[in-house]
Amino acid sequence: MFANVFDTLLFLSPEFGSRVQFGWTITVHILFASLSIGLAPFIVYFTYKDVKTGAERFAHLRNFWVKVFAAGFVMGTVTGIPMSFQFGTNFPVFSEFAGEMIGGPLAFEAKMAFFLEAVFLGVLLFGRERVSDRTYVLSSVLVGVGAWLSGFWILVVNSWMQTPQGFEMITRNGQEIAKLTDPVAAFLNPRLPWMYFHMINASVISVALLVGGVSAYLVWKNRDSEAWKSALKIAVLILLVTAPLQALHGDAYARHVQDSQPQKFASMEAHYESGAADLHLIAIPTDISSFTDPRAENLFTVSLPGFASFLVEGDMDASIQGLNEYEENPPVALVFWSFRFMVGLGFLFIGLALWGGYLTWKDRLAESTLFLRAMIAASPFGFAALLTGWYVTEIGRQPWVIQDYLRTGEAVSQSLTSAEVTTTLAIFVVVYVALVLTALYVLKWLINDELDRMGVQRSSRGRWRGPIPWVSDDD
Amino acid sequence: MIEPLLIPVDSYLIPSLPTVWFGVVLFTVAMYVALDGFDFGIGMLYALREDDHERETMLAAFGPVWDANEVWLVAFGTTLLAAFPVVYSRLLSDHYLVAIGIVLALLFRGLGPELREQREDAQWQRACSGLFVVGSLLSPLFIGMLVGSWVFAAGTLSLPSILTGVGLIALSVTNGAAFLAAKTSGELRAAMRSYGIGATLAYLGGVVVLLAVVVATDAGGAAETILSIPGVAVVGLSVAVALGGIAAARTENDRLWFASTLALSGLLVALVALLLYPTVYPPGGLTIDDAVVSPLALNLTTVLGLPVLLVVLWYFKFLYGVFSGPIEPEGDGYGG
Ligand code: HDD
Ligand code: HEM
Ligand code: HEM
Repeated sequence: MFANVFDTLLFLSPEFGSRVQFGWTITVHILFASLSIGLAPFIVYFTYKDVKTGAERFAHLRNFWVKVFAAGFVMGTVTGIPMSFQFGTNFPVFSEFAGEMIGGPLAFEAKMAFFLEAVFLGVLLFGRERVSDRTYVLSSVLVGVGAWLSGFWILVVNSWMQTPQGFEMITRNGQEIAKLTDPVAAFLNPRLPWMYFHMINASVISVALLVGGVSAYLVWKNRDSEAWKSALKIAVLILLVTAPLQALHGDAYARHVQDSQPQKFASMEAHYESGAADLHLIAIPTDISSFTDPRAENLFTVSLPGFASFLVEGDMDASIQGLNEYEENPPVALVFWSFRFMVGLGFLFIGLALWGGYLTWKDRLAESTLFLRAMIAASPFGFAALLTGWYVTEIGRQPWVIQDYLRTGEAVSQSLTSAEVTTTLAIFVVVYVALVLTALYVLKWLINDELDRMGVQRSSRGRWRGPIPWVSDDD
Repeated sequence: MIEPLLIPVDSYLIPSLPTVWFGVVLFTVAMYVALDGFDFGIGMLYALREDDHERETMLAAFGPVWDANEVWLVAFGTTLLAAFPVVYSRLLSDHYLVAIGIVLALLFRGLGPELREQREDAQWQRACSGLFVVGSLLSPLFIGMLVGSWVFAAGTLSLPSILTGVGLIALSVTNGAAFLAAKTSGELRAAMRSYGIGATLAYLGGVVVLLAVVVATDAGGAAETILSIPGVAVVGLSVAVALGGIAAARTENDRLWFASTLALSGLLVALVALLLYPTVYPPGGLTIDDAVVSPLALNLTTVLGLPVLLVVLWYFKFLYGVFSGPIEPEGDGYGG
């Protein structure tokens, strides 16, 4: 009896502990993974330009960003291995149930992508003197191909979990499992193209904001730096294309989600009563309870009446199934606010891109201190949008881990104890917080080295005030 | 139904395909034990050398290849999941804590050298070196414990499992010493030869004790396999190769010595294969046929996966070709 009370007070249930552990570890992993995916094209471009033109500024940019890439890659691999282990350690029922469906793609990911990226990154980092120029540029391309393929195969797995198809249910060794019947349907499931495009574009946006922010800081400190001015310009031009594209694509994506996962869509809009749904451009909680339990009817909103119905069905009065019709719903508040956070930031990035585009056109990009400050401030927020988008996707599909086929609660290990999962979760929290802090410090050190190299007296120019982790305020 | 690559749906491409994949899974283990084994060895030997220049040299040997080597572990895990999902889920969930221990140890091992390079500060570098050494020691220990409990159907903390872990540590030191001897010169090289010979003897001793314990207690019904003709042959061959390796080290033929340590790793995995076959998961009594995925899934993995694996082996050869020859710690990156 006492032991029981003790247990429930101190320890998380195996299910809850596993979910939090998985969610937390992938949150950290995806930061580094998207850094690699988004930075890869920059690395290829800088390497190509460096080798081709021999221009000092490209060598400079290549050196700096390859160091960032290398550190991020190591952190991506060391946090990636725990991810694949957790399928077995914490969700063995899921792995057994879906082994035929996800095992292939994960094995292809390792063989086609991880090896490629790791082997050629070795050449890219250590082989400048040992291989020809062509092989060197080719290595940078193959590293990028590896990163983009990793994303592809893992998203094959995740998108199948959202829109599962291409299998039949059978019983083997006394266990219900999904037997592969149609690999093309399973791998190229309806969600995959949406998810892959949105994710790759999100990674490029996040990294463009990071590159832009770091460049803006260095330009602000040293307005004569040709290298960093050109990096800033490249980042702005990329944002000018990718940011609007993301919003357009996201809008169409939402319609697809409504089609394939109506319950998730209703959570994204906090739409409880079936019927015509409004589109809430701005939602403001009127009191605490509507923050933790948002219900469309209780919020102060600026809405376009019937517009959500219109977007989805092309008809203002189309009825959208409300959350009241389901037995069990995801934590709506998390989904609802995460979605608004992502979309809000998406529009902010468009604004920033247009501003930067205008300044580029006027050839005043490096002169507007206000713009430079805005870029610096925006630099972590691409990653923030990317994470919250994933929370919408993953939390919004609860209680299912495989939509309509397997509940998360059933997927968890039977032999796992509360004490075990609580211990490992605590370790992962401590170690990964340290890991993320270290990554931020590494970036800061690299930036400080860069200032030294450019001969900037740290206190010579403006002082940065504000919590951007990779920017120093100590000068 | 679509049959995209003209793959048969209801029968395996060849009847023995499940056994072939049992072999592929063990092949990935062998690559991992041999290649990341020498990385672990470098990490442990690093603790024994104080001199800064020597340490930089050791890190420069490790830098360009360790990450690619580590991917063989991921290849093992995902291949196991693709071919024998039940084994993957049982192996990891039955040994929860040691599995999490492996990933954490690998994490420290990977981060240590990368972070060490970021600051000149002596205290910082000492801390990062510590992570590197501890990670390199605990990784083979935990991996050995996991493999031991798998093969001998024993608890994680049982004697056979722990002895397997200790044996893997000794083997990793052997591999690391031979690799470094082949890539360095002077005093460091001489030191590596003597460490390596000691580690080889420790490994042989460890294997003998382990087999004696296993035969005496008949853990997992292993006694019969070990005393069978193939069992005795693999053990005998291991002893011969180990002694041959020592002789090569003595006669300063370091490349041959390194090759012999690769063979030694392969023989260890061959022993594991003998002990398992035809089961794949002794604790549950699961055989290859019980655990294997359905024909379509395995055929697909074969047609799409096996050719890629050959390409991987080809560019691994390229990688080791680019970084062959003695190390110059003056280059970029680790040691730079
Ligand atoms: C820089 C990051 C970023 C930005 C600016 C946006 N998104 Fe996004 N969004 C993501 C990053 C992201 C993501 C993290 O990458 C997700 C998670 C899964 C996925 O495929 O992409 C995502 C998912 C995602 C989903 C699917 C949720 C699901 O699968 O259940 C929808 C409907 C949208 N987004 C819609 C939008 C809209 C209308 C945006 C308007 C500006 C927008 N996104 C901007
Ligand atoms: C890349 C970004 C991803 C993020 C940020 C993310 C985030 C999360 C979060 C927050 C949870 C916990 C949800 C909850 O319990 O309420 C979760 C669960 C889970 N996700 Fe994801 N996920 C990502 C990608 C993936 C991928 C690629 C896969 C599969 C291949 C996957 C598989 C799972 C599984 C198996 C669970 C555990 C069951 C569950 O709690 O739903 N996730 N993820
Ligand atoms: C549950 C989901 C996931 C699992 C099991 C997983 C597994 C892994 C593993 C094992 C590695 C290490 C490979 C190595 O040793 O080199 C890795 C790295 C990587 N993963 Fe993940 N991953 C997951 C989610 C994701 C997602 C959602 C993405 C992006 C879309 C992603 C992209 C990458 C990339 C690009 C790398 C290479 C390392 C880097 O560049 O930082 N992963 N992942």
